[in-house]
Formats: sequence, C-alpha cells, structure tokens
Amino acid sequence: MAVCIGFIGKENSPLFLRCINQSQELQFHYIMHTCIDFVEEKIIQSNKSGSDVRELYLGLLYSSEEVKAYGFVTNTKIKIVIIIDSTNSLLRDNEIRAIFRKLHNAYTELVCNPFYTPGDPITSKSFGALVDELLASSS
Amino acid sequence: MADDALFDFLHMEIVSHVTKSDAGLLQDGDEAMSKLEQIGYSTGYRFIERLTKDLSRFKDELEVMKAICKDFWSAVFKKQVDNLRTNHQGVYVLQDNKFRFLASISNSRQYLELAPKYLVFTCGLLRGALASLGLTCIVTAEVTTMPACKFQVHLQRA
Repeated sequence: MAVCIGFIGKENSPLFLRCINQSQELQFHYIMHTCIDFVEEKIIQSNKSGSDVRELYLGLLYSSEEVKAYGFVTNTKIKIVIIIDSTNSLLRDNEIRAIFRKLHNAYTELVCNPFYTPGDPITSKSFGALVDELLASSS
Repeated sequence: MADDALFDFLHMEIVSHVTKSDAGLLQDGDEAMSKLEQIGYSTGYRFIERLTKDLSRFKDELEVMKAICKDFWSAVFKKQVDNLRTNHQGVYVLQDNKFRFLASISNSRQYLELAPKYLVFTCGLLRGALASLGLTCIVTAEVTTMPACKFQVHLQRA
C-alpha cells in the first residue's frame, strides 16, 4: 500500500508531502531527499541510452526492507515520489502509473490557480484532499 | 473562427490598457513594456505545465526548442513557427512569417514603429515557458516587414 506521496520542486525544494502515518513524516522526508539523486541518475541514464521513448514515469527508484519508492518527473522538472510499503506486492506497475497520472493532472490544475505561485509549498485544500483520497484508495 | 478572435481582442486590450496611463496619455516607456512582459512570463510559465503534460520527456535543449516551435506555437497562435535557426551555442532565432498579433495591422511605415509593443507579451510568454522547462534565457524580438517577425532567444548557460 502507498504510505506517502511527495512533490519536489524544480530546484529540489520540498513542495508537498502527505503520509498516512504522521509519526513517520520525518523518515519520509529523508527518503524523498535520497530519491532526488536517484531521479537525476535515471534521467542521465535514459538520455545516454538514446532510446526514443522517454517516459515521464521513472519506475522504481529505491527500495529498502520497509519501503519502495517510485518516481515520476514532469517536463518542467517537478518530481513526484510515491512511497509504498514493501510488504505489499498487490500494487502493480500500471496502477502506480495511474496514480502518477492523477497526481500530475492535479498538479497542472493547481498551477492554473491564480492564488498559487509556482514554486511555493502547496497548501491547497482541494489538492490535499485529492492526495489523501489517492492514499486511502491505494491502501 | 470567432473564438480565436477573442484571444486577439483580449491581447489588444491588454496592450492598450498597459500602455495607456490613467490620464489617457500614451506611455511607451520601459515600465509599461516590462509589465506586459511580466504578464506574458507568468502566463507562459503556467501554460507550459499543462501543455507538456502528455508529451514525452525532452532530451536536450534543441528538443525543447522544437516543442516550443511546434506544440507551443500551434497552441497559442494556431500555426507553427516557419523557421528555426540556431548557432548551437545557445542562440535560437524563431521566425514567424505571419505573426498573429501583427496580421491585422497594415504594412506601412506608419505602424512599423508601433509594432514592437505587440511583441512584448509573446517575448514574455517564451521566456516564461522556457524558464518553466529549466532554461534561463533572454528573449528579444524584431520586426522588419509586417506581418513577419523574429524572436531571438539567448540561453544563459549556468
């Protein structure tokens, strides 16, 4: 099950982080930070390989005994990370893709909000509610 | 199409609103131009987020510029850029032979000197879009014979 969803900005500043268990929030911040390096590595690798298909979805970034982290990067360099409990193997790759797509759509909607300045931490309630819903539905 | 004209009129009104002071006098100063550019910048910055949603990831800056010429230009101006040139050192020249905001202005010398203010918004639009895609740049525009114009993009290397 997905335990945490995070957004990282263009210059790698944290934009948004929401997790099911509030007490683990700090730990997830550390994992997000680790993921930034993996994202960069993945992008360089896929550029070098010269393949024509370059997806926004990056796949598995990082896995430990407790959690797995999946990554997604938009063309505008916004990184989205989903952290999943390792004990759960029910969530399939295409389901994770679907969650990323929903998150990306939600973000593009958010940027169109005149009261949101791009680059600021995200405080929108409707955006938060959508992320909560996704977390709840995938658990 | 009537709905296309709406954007043209809105742009015309923005330009005239910004360049006219409260007293109704025409001001062509830097302040008005930078305000117009700023409007374009934030529009481009937000717009590109939505436009690139379904595109695959860009490999390098040339690919970004191609996307600007094709997808971005056709989304905003309903046509593609006619010519893209580069020196491969961070300078790109985008030429549009029938620029939308100039298309309805007569081609005479009388209006030529008034043309630049109709390009400033687009300069900002380009700068904003590129900034959002991670490329810092300076955009300048020039018009020699209407309705053709050129946008020069100078990328700033880190």
